[in-house]
Amino acid sequence: MNISIEMKENDQFTSVDISGEIDAYTAPKLRESLFHLSEKEGGTMVINLSGVSYMDSTGLGVFVGVYKNIRSNNGQLYLQGLSARLMRLFEITGLSNIMDISSKNEGEVR
Amino acid sequence: MNQSFDYIELKIPAKPEFVSVMRLTLSGIANRMGFDYEEIEDLKIAISEACTNAVQHAYKNNDHGEVIVGFGLYGNRLEVMVADNGKSFDFLSARQGIGRYEENNEVEFLREGGLGLYLIESLMDEVRIHNNEGVTVFMIKYLDGERVERNAKKIST
Repeated sequence: MNISIEMKENDQFTSVDISGEIDAYTAPKLRESLFHLSEKEGGTMVINLSGVSYMDSTGLGVFVGVYKNIRSNNGQLYLQGLSARLMRLFEITGLSNIMDISSKNEGEVR
Repeated sequence: MNQSFDYIELKIPAKPEFVSVMRLTLSGIANRMGFDYEEIEDLKIAISEACTNAVQHAYKNNDHGEVIVGFGLYGNRLEVMVADNGKSFDFLSARQGIGRYEENNEVEFLREGGLGLYLIESLMDEVRIHNNEGVTVFMIKYLDGERVERNAKKIST
């Protein structure tokens, strides 16, 4: 079990592809990868989660942290490509009302 | 409660890299019992949350203990117990002990466990937490047909 995180960065735009399982073991790696990218003033981050086969509250915690960080730097965070399972997780916890999430994967930012 | 059941117990080091091993084991057991895909995914999250709590608890106290998970396989339900005190337990007597815990313990634990415990409670049919000499999470998931039957009984009475 592992996680793969691929990042593309240009100016204010960051796109991240995550695949694998997000749990207590992999969440710290994910946090480390995403946090320094969320510090940009006014930046946009699009995270594609279509390759994520498992996620629990440890993953939600990372995305909440990244979201807070990005918002405090006046940026935007989009989570895309969520499976029905992941959607459910965001809905149960009420995060779907706060964060911008989508089951579609638009790739680049609109 | 003299129903017969099969019992499986697994002990893992209190380290995050082994939480996925517990998930795999649970998948096998739940699949064997006839839970459907959605239910198995719910169970996987619930057991991971409980194990994650146990692992983090052990880490905070700097003890490299073990997490023990006991699975009680009944005809109509799966009972799972996750204990972070590293000691093997008598499933039935520990289970009785859990029933007696005080409600204010749970509030305390909720604050500490946060979203994880909230998810466990959302995804499982019954959850009890015992906070004494370590934390024990006890949870039940009913096989679907049985749950419908139970609800029907509730409505008819």
